Amino acid sequence: MKARNFRYIRPRSLAEACRILADADGEAVALAGGQSLLAGLNMRLSSPRLLVDIADLPELRGQSYADGTVRLGALTRHAELLSSELVNKHLPLLSKAAPHIGHVAIRNRGTLGGSLAYADPAAELPACAVALNATLVLAGASGERKVKAEDFFKGLFETDLRPGELIAAVEFPAVPAGTVTGFAELSRRHGDFALAGVAAVATMQSGRISETRLVYIGCADRPKVAKAVSQAVATLRPPFGDIGAIEQAVKRDLSPEDTPGLRGDTRVHLATVLTRRVLNEMSERVAA
Amino acid sequence: MSDPDLIGDEELDIAVTLNGKPLRRRVKARQHLADFLRQELELTGTHLGCEHGICGACTVLIDGHTARGCLTLAAQVSGRTIDTIEGMSESGKLAELQSEFIARNAAQCGFCSSGMLLTAYELISSGAKLSRTEIREVISGNMCRCTGYHAIVDAVEAVMAKGQR
Repeated sequence: MKARNFRYIRPRSLAEACRILADADGEAVALAGGQSLLAGLNMRLSSPRLLVDIADLPELRGQSYADGTVRLGALTRHAELLSSELVNKHLPLLSKAAPHIGHVAIRNRGTLGGSLAYADPAAELPACAVALNATLVLAGASGERKVKAEDFFKGLFETDLRPGELIAAVEFPAVPAGTVTGFAELSRRHGDFALAGVAAVATMQSGRISETRLVYIGCADRPKVAKAVSQAVATLRPPFGDIGAIEQAVKRDLSPEDTPGLRGDTRVHLATVLTRRVLNEMSERVAA
Repeated sequence: MSDPDLIGDEELDIAVTLNGKPLRRRVKARQHLADFLRQELELTGTHLGCEHGICGACTVLIDGHTARGCLTLAAQVSGRTIDTIEGMSESGKLAELQSEFIARNAAQCGFCSSGMLLTAYELISSGAKLSRTEIREVISGNMCRCTGYHAIVDAVEAVMAKGQR
């Protein structure tokens, strides 16, 4: 289908973009890579009156590392998460997750900030941002503010962004030595939306996982740290064979509803299997 | 006022480098790149299947990288370089891939071929050496309903092997 009508503007600075968004009274949407937004417009799932193209704004670009923090500009494309040495070195979780995002042509255009702002609960990067304890830098007409990723996601496609605000950058604490990350996802075909997925950050101590941040994909209205699972795995010793204990914990963290094509309890089972898979893979890597 | 169809067709001036030549045009704000190429410029080698980014038939190159023509507005590409199947064919850049596709009957109805060739071209020109499984992953964003993909993977693999000699 064709999108409903809209106007288009390409501001020259971040300040101008924020002002246009603020003045539009909620009828404007920022356009970066457009890989989710334009698909939604073509299907007429939404019909904003104005698209504000932010893809050229230099303030939203760049990748840097300082004092244990990696700062990625909001316009960092998914393809760059695969090619960037900085990301591969300090944020390997993002490099592991990126191949699961759409397809090559989608990854060439789609952006980090766009994925977070869209807040699709089946998307990879929002879960990774929460698992990595990232901080989002939001720019608005009245200046910048910072929000933790776990506070940023409010619900299904809902975020803490106020009218006139944009994600300018994302600050990730670099993953320290001794901490391992893992990512697993199940979809019906490669590049399809996840039926279930998990992003994991774990610290290993004397053969056990002492601390984890596990965040599930596609199993709730928004990404959040699965506390019960994190507690449960700390009491277990790898390799994780018996999935009963993990499944009980997953059930405490997740209660997905039945959806057309996938029952809630099936999704819990898939999340459990993925959890075991990713934990075993991470502990084997530490042992080796 | 809340009906977006009542805001009128806004038009914008764009300047792009299309298939190696500069082009200036006035485009509708909501016209996507694939419609612009097909309807305004009669470059109908870029196909349209699903129009929401799934099928890959509308693949073009923007600044040398594959992109969905249906998920990109014509207005967005002002200032950029666009290459379509027409320009890429005429330049001879696809000749090797095209002859391997033909040799293996990797194009049957031809609907996916332009997108498939451009996706394969980006892969080949990256210099990567991939397994068949990895080639399948790269072309997974381009749907083919005729070949079962086998012949396409064969063709891409053959060109990749030539590059390594």
